[in-house]
Amino acid sequence: MSGLVPLPVVVPLLGAALTLILTGRPRLQRSISVLCLGSVLLVAVVLLGEAYRHGPVVVRVGGWPAPVGIVLVADQLAALMVVVSSAVTLCVLLYSIGQGRAETGETAPVSIYHPTYLVLTAGVTNAFLAGDLFNLFVGFEILLAASFVLITLGGTEARLRTGSTYVVVSILSSLLFLSAVGLVYAATGTLNMAQLAGRLDAVPSGVRLTLQLMLLLAFGIKAAVFPVSAWLPDSYPTAPAPVTAVFAGLLTKVGVYAIIRTETLLFPGGRVSGLLMVVAGLTMVVGILGAVAQSDMKRLFSFTLVSHIGYMIFGVALSSVAGLSGSIFYVVHHITVQTTLFLVAGLVEERAGSTDLRRIGGLARVTPVVAVLFFVPAMNLAGIPPFSGFLGKLGLLQAGVAAGGALPAVLVGAGTVTSLLTLYVASRVWNIAFWRAPKVATGTPNTRLPGLMVGATAALVALGVLLTLVAGPLFQVTADAATDLRQRTPYVRAVLPRDVP
Amino acid sequence: MTRGAAGPTLVLVLAVGVLVATGVTLLLERSLTRILLGIILLGNGVNLLILLGGRSGAAPLAGTALAGGMSDALPQAMVLTAVVITFGLTAFLLAVAYRAWFTSGDDEVQDDLEDRQIVRLAGRDEVAAADLGGEGPDDDREQVDPEPARRRLRRDEES
Repeated sequence: MSGLVPLPVVVPLLGAALTLILTGRPRLQRSISVLCLGSVLLVAVVLLGEAYRHGPVVVRVGGWPAPVGIVLVADQLAALMVVVSSAVTLCVLLYSIGQGRAETGETAPVSIYHPTYLVLTAGVTNAFLAGDLFNLFVGFEILLAASFVLITLGGTEARLRTGSTYVVVSILSSLLFLSAVGLVYAATGTLNMAQLAGRLDAVPSGVRLTLQLMLLLAFGIKAAVFPVSAWLPDSYPTAPAPVTAVFAGLLTKVGVYAIIRTETLLFPGGRVSGLLMVVAGLTMVVGILGAVAQSDMKRLFSFTLVSHIGYMIFGVALSSVAGLSGSIFYVVHHITVQTTLFLVAGLVEERAGSTDLRRIGGLARVTPVVAVLFFVPAMNLAGIPPFSGFLGKLGLLQAGVAAGGALPAVLVGAGTVTSLLTLYVASRVWNIAFWRAPKVATGTPNTRLPGLMVGATAALVALGVLLTLVAGPLFQVTADAATDLRQRTPYVRAVLPRDVP
Repeated sequence: MTRGAAGPTLVLVLAVGVLVATGVTLLLERSLTRILLGIILLGNGVNLLILLGGRSGAAPLAGTALAGGMSDALPQAMVLTAVVITFGLTAFLLAVAYRAWFTSGDDEVQDDLEDRQIVRLAGRDEVAAADLGGEGPDDDREQVDPEPARRRLRRDEES
């Protein structure tokens, strides 16, 4: 079974090589990409089942035993993340194929798109599965290098302006991460996460805190946590719709995943939980207030993206099983719903010629399908009761109340206010873009949206609704994952069995 | 560089400090070329820092030196990887800077246009995209008489 673990990394990389060779044959290129991501999804589901029933699945790359060689670990958290991310990347890939076929498609299918997209997927899964701090860094670099290419796709002036901000900020955070990795090695003499878990406990507490804060800063920039989040709304909206969607869904969540992993496995005990809570509250409130001021759908969703990262950080800061479980559930929910909203923004742009709220209106009558596809995830994001957004927020707020104390109470309040303001923002978009008299920004409206684009978006909307229906079992998995994270022993024992010196 | 298990030399530590300090200073500029130079310096500083993390000593080949006197090979391997990655990113950033200069005549990173617009709106105390409402049935001809989407749009253009 452990032979399956490297596949989510290796298959997309091989696919990238193949699609790069087959640049001249777009049809073959497309089918290879879809096949790769489909098989990654299958493998990920099998891995999740295995990790849920029998504990973490570990593979020692090259057959070297753990502290010497590098390991890939699929515990429940990592496997769950791989499942969700591969489902989302598959849907976005189908969407972008659909967009490429549309005649008025904003970007002609650039031959470089498919290989880069597959490399991005490989980077994301590598970051999730890495059992080694340096391998985590390499995963980040793979996905960043691919994302640089995707965000400046086409090389127009606007994309270069926003892309250069993104590139510089990302490189800076990588350098921070790299120096933190170097210092961790200098302090402990290892980078294997399971071994670090034991060795870091013996490091003097001041050094330990410094390392923790450096890693937290590096991951915080990647996850767009408030004081270091300003780069995100500036850089995401100008990229092509599928690219923005997959960035919004996955890249920040990889940062959140890294925060969850380091805060539980390497630095347990919640020494910085106060700081994390303050930062989480500010992220929520400042982010959503930014969204209120925006007048473009894509920028507005970028701000809600920043804002809702705060919920996940709040769960991590609580560092209780309930908080972590809520946090993981929220990551899963948010990956799905935020990607869907950006895809819908892409559909609106395709149909009405713009996503600027000042130039469009009344789309509910022009394209009822898109209106429905927007309404469901928007209400899901705002946390209207039957949806998974409500369940995720409820789980986190309950964990906050259970933790007691003044700061968690303030955070619970901030979370509620943020949820209400999200509802305000979502209904404002609904009122202006969908509910007024029809008004489209383009003279030659593209009356028929490509079926594949609508289909892929609908599939993601359905996935979001499905998360509501299977919320019970899903919460069981996340609670189980959170218990494992808190105990640390299942992970450490899986990587370093007793017989290994 | 000192031989044996002594700590890192002061020169290397100072070099890391100088490289990082100049790198950060250059990063604060607006021109992409200077930012690029800053990133190169900063990257080299960080790579040196990693190198300092391991023990220095003789080449780590079995049989050539005592095990205690060998240098730690792992940081050097990490630095190699990091050098390659930094090199790739630098090349990409150079391409971006060149392309920015090619399309717009300079390689300065501009402010975000939407941001400035919203700051201006905030100064005048206005709403970004007002939902004015107030459109009664008379303002909206189609409210009474809905027709298939395609024909309706064409009529809009004519009027």
